[in-house]
Amino acid sequence: MGHLDLSTASGMTLALLPEVMLSAWAFALTLYAGVRHRDAVDQRRAGLIALAGLVATLIVVIWMWAADVRSVGLPFMMALDAFRWATSVVFLLGAILTVLLSFSYVDRERLWAPEYYVLLLLATVGMMFMGSGLDLIVIFLGLELMSVAVYVLAGINRRSPFAAEAALKYFLLGAFASGFFLYGIALIYGATGTTNLTLIDYQLRSLGLGTNLMLLIGAAMLLVGFGFKIAAVPFHMWAPDVYDGAPTPVTAFMAAAVKAAGFAALVRVLLHALSGALPAWQNIVWWLAVLTILVGNLIAIAQRQMKRMLAYSSIAHAGYLLAAVASGNALGAGAFLFYALAYTLMTIGAFAVVAMAGHNGERDLLIDDLTGLARRRPWLAIGTAIFMLSLLGFPGTAGFMGKWFILQSILQAREHALAVVLVAGSVLSAGYYLPVVMVMFMKPPVSETAHEQVAARGAGRLVVAVTAICVLLFGVWPNPALDLARSGGHDLASSPQAPVSSTSGAER
Amino acid sequence: MLLGPALAVSAILFSIGVAGVLLRRNAIIIFMCVELMLNAVNLTFIALAQQLGPEGQVFVFFVMAVAAAEAAVGLAIIIAIYRHRQTLDLQYINLLRG
Repeated sequence: MGHLDLSTASGMTLALLPEVMLSAWAFALTLYAGVRHRDAVDQRRAGLIALAGLVATLIVVIWMWAADVRSVGLPFMMALDAFRWATSVVFLLGAILTVLLSFSYVDRERLWAPEYYVLLLLATVGMMFMGSGLDLIVIFLGLELMSVAVYVLAGINRRSPFAAEAALKYFLLGAFASGFFLYGIALIYGATGTTNLTLIDYQLRSLGLGTNLMLLIGAAMLLVGFGFKIAAVPFHMWAPDVYDGAPTPVTAFMAAAVKAAGFAALVRVLLHALSGALPAWQNIVWWLAVLTILVGNLIAIAQRQMKRMLAYSSIAHAGYLLAAVASGNALGAGAFLFYALAYTLMTIGAFAVVAMAGHNGERDLLIDDLTGLARRRPWLAIGTAIFMLSLLGFPGTAGFMGKWFILQSILQAREHALAVVLVAGSVLSAGYYLPVVMVMFMKPPVSETAHEQVAARGAGRLVVAVTAICVLLFGVWPNPALDLARSGGHDLASSPQAPVSSTSGAER
Repeated sequence: MLLGPALAVSAILFSIGVAGVLLRRNAIIIFMCVELMLNAVNLTFIALAQQLGPEGQVFVFFVMAVAAAEAAVGLAIIIAIYRHRQTLDLQYINLLRG
């Protein structure tokens, strides 16, 4: 293939192949779920069908990436670049791991509703649109498709008052954020006369709108909307409560893939459409990053519950990713992609451990409950230790390489203070990651029967093993993944300029 | 025609919506305020579309469809929480704290 003519139906369909495929799969699964939804066997089959769809889509995405599919002329709604493929791979990987994690969890918590997997697939489609949209309409629709599906997923356990409360909080704040996001789009449309990212970039530069008040207010509103979605301080209040109350596999999905999707759209909007107004937003993102790193890490130290600790840790990690965005260069976009991959692996791994060690929604799983796990379940303890050290950024793990590349991009942008904050934040985070490792390995189990219910079987064990091995692999041998991430970041920052003959309203 | 006043009205509506979300404590009223924000955005799009072409009007249809989907899911969630707690006052919906 190579080049696609987007003016023909076949070219357009091919350009949208992964999204079309996964949506069709989700609808087919809905039909299946409508006919067969009685017992655990049907639930398991629905999960397997979802898994097959995600894997097939992943293969298509990798194939299109390898074939380096481009468009003839400029794409106008959906990008065809390495950034799109890289983000799609991250989302699909996150969704696959979540489905694997869900099998035994759904059985144990008796969440027998095959819609669970349908919603996971639809949320993933939404994320893929967010990572590839070249028009604010597409990004908005992707965002809503993802959000509405995840609102339901958060409250899928209808017997739990905690899950219902988590869903309510997530829904109210998510809808509130959508309002800001939309108003931002409306104002940017008013200032530039278009919602196409490439044309916005062109108008911004050619009309010198870098200091236009309407555009800047619009950009600020967009940032508020994104800030809620990625749980950046001061828009993070909902995150710990929602992560705490939602079923653990859904929490893992929210902490990893949903956050990565918000960032993917943010990076594309800021670096592609608003790079002409870089001085205006760089400062704001800088402050968001500093606040998010410090507040996330400081509050996480005070947490005793595993799930809440991981929730605050995910806020802190949003800060590290924001730091990559604040650098505002191609290196930063590449570092974001690499870190998003590493972060997805280690976070889902950590939540997989929580799902296995706890029960009844895992709300009451304290860090101290893992005391002496190494004696009873040595492999699970080793896996947990790998995730904690990687989240901390210990050398030899993917988390370390990710932070290293973020630091590189920050230093290239000459933001030395931000680099200091990032390192200080990592040091602070040792205060809550290391105790987990310590209680597991250095203390004996509290009783003879401790950890007997901790069950690492089937697909859940596979998730822990695969993520742990990948975390170590990317830690000692990051080059192939890094080269791919860099090509993704480079594609984004050097996106072609709009043709001069663009027809848009503001010139009329 | 009347671009300035229309934008001003929509900005005021949006602010009322935001203030409502931040100040009110009933889940349904908060949700209504969010809808008010979305409709303020719609008004902005329509006002701008007179000068900038039909793109803004198209956007309004997408916003309406999305708002309808959100309402369906949101009201279902609100019913679910009412069944558990017999209240929609966010002051008393605080199991997840600390």
